[in-house]
Amino acid sequence: MAAVAARHIRKQFGDVFAVNDISLSVNDGEFLVLLGPSGCGKTTFLRILAGLESQTSGDILIGGENVNEVPPRARGIAMVFQSYGLYPHLSVFNNIAFPLKTQNTPRDELRRKVDWAMRLLSIDHLSSRRPRQLSGGERQRVALARALVREPTVFLLDEPLSNLDAKLRTSARSELKQFQQTVRTSTVYVTHDQVEAMGMGDRIAVIDHGQLRQIGTPTEIYDQPADEFVATFLGTPPMNLVEREGGSLGFRPEHFLPREMLNGSALAEMPFRIDRMEYLGSERILYGEIEGRPSKRIVTAKLPAHAASDQLRAGDRHAFAVRCSELHYFDREGRRTREGAVQ
Amino acid sequence: MTAIAEGTRPVPRRSRFVLDRPEFMGPLFIAPAILYVVLLVALPFFLAIYYSVSAYTIFNPSYHFVGLKNLKEVLESDIFRHTLGNTFFFTIVSQIFGLLLGKVGAMLLIQDFPGRGIARALVVLPWAVPVSLAVLAWKWMFDSLYSVINWTLMAVGLMDPMNPAQWLGTTDLAMTAVITVHAWRLFPFGVVIFLAGLTSVPKDVLDAATIDGAGFWRRNYVIIMPIILPIITIALIFGTVFTFTDLSVVYLLTNGGPVNSTQVLGSLGFQVGVLSGDVSHGAVICLFLFPFLLLATIILLKVLRRREI
Repeated sequence: MAAVAARHIRKQFGDVFAVNDISLSVNDGEFLVLLGPSGCGKTTFLRILAGLESQTSGDILIGGENVNEVPPRARGIAMVFQSYGLYPHLSVFNNIAFPLKTQNTPRDELRRKVDWAMRLLSIDHLSSRRPRQLSGGERQRVALARALVREPTVFLLDEPLSNLDAKLRTSARSELKQFQQTVRTSTVYVTHDQVEAMGMGDRIAVIDHGQLRQIGTPTEIYDQPADEFVATFLGTPPMNLVEREGGSLGFRPEHFLPREMLNGSALAEMPFRIDRMEYLGSERILYGEIEGRPSKRIVTAKLPAHAASDQLRAGDRHAFAVRCSELHYFDREGRRTREGAVQ
Repeated sequence: MTAIAEGTRPVPRRSRFVLDRPEFMGPLFIAPAILYVVLLVALPFFLAIYYSVSAYTIFNPSYHFVGLKNLKEVLESDIFRHTLGNTFFFTIVSQIFGLLLGKVGAMLLIQDFPGRGIARALVVLPWAVPVSLAVLAWKWMFDSLYSVINWTLMAVGLMDPMNPAQWLGTTDLAMTAVITVHAWRLFPFGVVIFLAGLTSVPKDVLDAATIDGAGFWRRNYVIIMPIILPIITIALIFGTVFTFTDLSVVYLLTNGGPVNSTQVLGSLGFQVGVLSGDVSHGAVICLFLFPFLLLATIILLKVLRRREI
């Protein structure tokens, strides 16, 4: 059964549709990531799920029940905010206890639940501190504990890692994922960071301009992008697109290799003129153009650093190739088409 | 060429950069403020202290030292004791009403509605209007014959037309009138302070409280109020000091009357020390404000310091 289902959700601000007809469902225990650039409507959609904003049209179902008219507190959701939204004047204990107090939970039960949540997130030693005395990672755990004690049907997380520094973010990411696997609560996680999305999501929903572009597992999203937006939004550097008759042809930089590195047949060969090279330690990024093409789109190639043979230099022309199985075809509207169908 | 150019280049003198040196510019910039405080605050203050222990009057300007005689005389005066009580009553009650109205006003004005900008600007008017003009308008509203308040109350049948209220002529009503005007003058300050406080509460915190199941009252009194408490404390102390030392409303509206029922320390000090020319007793009355203001200032500074941490 779907823990959360959204049906044809629209949200209009003036003339603009911040959310334009999004339908999706989150399965029980699933970790669903909403991924999209800033301002694409993903946070608005999450706030609609939470009940903090009301949709212009469409239905929200949580645990099978229509919650359109249900206030946030009764929706069985818990939310973790970008800046955590901790109550600055309350201790860690009281922050976590707050949702229980509003439900008039008996004192000993409250104590038990808060202690359990604090232990689970290993913050029991911080119980009497105030939020401002905590580090970013500790605050995040307090926010998670506060969400956890409500025993919600679904967690809604709004970019909870974006306030952490890069190093902490990596460890917090795996902690968060581990935590979710322990409690097995369905989770909707909003982010604009594709690394977070790929690393944490059971499934990813890619959103742009208020529309759902594609929903699928990380491999599906990466290997079979539904359109040019998804193709170029994921991957660093993003997928190369070159013009072809009736649309465009896409291939990932890591699949675009010197001809001699690829064996077997079914290769699409392209003469590549290298303009610039970047050495990134584990890999080398080559920027250049494909010769003999009318458009001057910049194409990138990502080579393992050790494999980038010494003959490759900026200014060189070299034969590069892509396996035909790794080519993606898009039509004029940018939608994925069957491989080679139009060619 | 190079040699000539180098030879003619003036050697920079140290004095050229004197304006770049903070140890010179700092004192220079702060000097006017210090001068201002010394001349207009410290000097009169110490002068007042001296007047209070001398026999100085306008008619006999002698600095003859009389010790605590003036203080004793003032403390024994019924009018003074009555005035002291009035001052506290006036200050506390108008604070309460000013801040209450301020909170309600701020909560209304933080809502999004068409014309909010204009409403916010209008609210500041009682503060911006010169006190003499404002009190003139209020004086008409409290007038014994033309009172629009009485007229309204009579029209809705809450007041006997044969026996209209004498707002400024009855002791209790006069105090009510003075407090009303002062609370009206404080209210924009309250609104501004509360608005600043309310907008400083992070949206995430409010959303979290909503999701955690806090209703209107709990959100307001368990989350918002404690968060903005330091700001309110500052507003309260500022307002208290402002009201405690104020004599304009009383002086313009009732001049302390009837029979000193609205007399406050400021207006009494002014009457005795300036109008009657008894400078030494006037000084004693005004210096009575000092311990309370000192206390208020200490609390204020403490609150401010705690807020910084």
